[in-house]
Amino acid sequence: MAEIILNDQNFEGEVLKSDVPVLVDFWAPWCGPCKMMGPIVDEVAKDMEGKAVKVAKLNVDESSATAEKYNVMSIPTFKIFKGGEVVDEFVGVQSKEEIVKRIEKIIG
Amino acid sequence: MYDLIIVGGGPAGLTAAIYAARRAMKTLVLAKEFGGQAVYASKVENFPGIDLIPGYELMEKMKGQAERLGAEVKYAETTEIKNENEFFSVRDKEGNSYEGRSLILSFGAVPRKLGLPNEDKFKGNGISYCATCDAPFFKNKNVAVVGGGNAALDAALLLSKFAGKVYLIHRRDEFKAEEVRVHDAKNLPNLEIILNSEVKEIKGDKNITGVVVEKIDSGETRELEVDGIFIEIGHIVESEFISKMVTLDERRQIVVNDRNETNVPGVFAAGDATTVPWKQIVIAAGEGAKAALSAYSYLQKIK
Repeated sequence: MAEIILNDQNFEGEVLKSDVPVLVDFWAPWCGPCKMMGPIVDEVAKDMEGKAVKVAKLNVDESSATAEKYNVMSIPTFKIFKGGEVVDEFVGVQSKEEIVKRIEKIIG
Repeated sequence: MYDLIIVGGGPAGLTAAIYAARRAMKTLVLAKEFGGQAVYASKVENFPGIDLIPGYELMEKMKGQAERLGAEVKYAETTEIKNENEFFSVRDKEGNSYEGRSLILSFGAVPRKLGLPNEDKFKGNGISYCATCDAPFFKNKNVAVVGGGNAALDAALLLSKFAGKVYLIHRRDEFKAEEVRVHDAKNLPNLEIILNSEVKEIKGDKNITGVVVEKIDSGETRELEVDGIFIEIGHIVESEFISKMVTLDERRQIVVNDRNETNVPGVFAAGDATTVPWKQIVIAAGEGAKAALSAYSYLQKIK
């Protein structure tokens, strides 16, 4: 499963109305640590293949309305959405294991 | 069994991997994150031969080069290292273990925190350790930058382009940063320099609303209305997990000699995690190369 590319237009459909929890990676091209996290998030998406979860990315530069709505003030920020609500969030560089652990806690 | 396991994937570790791979050593790099502090630099302008490159791109090049030369690189956080006499065993957070005949410790340093009680709570909600990442979120807002080195001055100069007002708070009466940066900062109309002062308190409930700053000599306090605080007060080495194995100095840096040897035969160290002065990309890279060559000659001798 490849990651879903989010924007202000598809955020509601892909994330808020999703049947399964969604991990959203808020990033920007000017942010070195965000780009460093890119391949790690790709690996998370691969690991989560076949599981009841989606992995998605939102470029805060292109989709600033959504980033602002969710009070993103530092990137990379990761938020896990379930049933339209933020159920977990974490900021800064993370290991793959940490992200997987947090997703698994939510999908059970 | 690897010939060499490198713990850390910044400039020191990746350069060590390049050198080791070119000596046909079976090399594994274990890194919690690749690139280290260098990925936080929006531009690197002092790496010889390259006029200007984003830190992230430079590190991606180093990683690609190490992999193409045959080094194996893996995202893993090392939690334990044991000396088994003939070899070393390294365990990661996931519980995997790896064996190597020699080791290079090059896990770098992490940003120092202010140490205030609600600092972690506001991380991502107004507290930032990366101005290049987060400055654009503070358009027309007021921010404080804490620190007095080049990183603090760079953060203040960058933030002045976005923020309404920038306060630069430093606990000494003069800056450690280069004179050009200080000169630029002094000439900015929206930047106020507050010297001899420390941050005593972060105010706010969900988001930051202000900071309380105290003059060190007089104890006089002042509250500044800010939405963000950028902390640039240096770095610390997180070396607890190897403190029983190798000698550390009083700043918990790994003590190395000029051949990058630690007190344990077969264990080498390089970069910002060590006692080598000047924490720079080119220096860490050079130290990584030295450590790899020392590891190579160690392995030649024990064969």
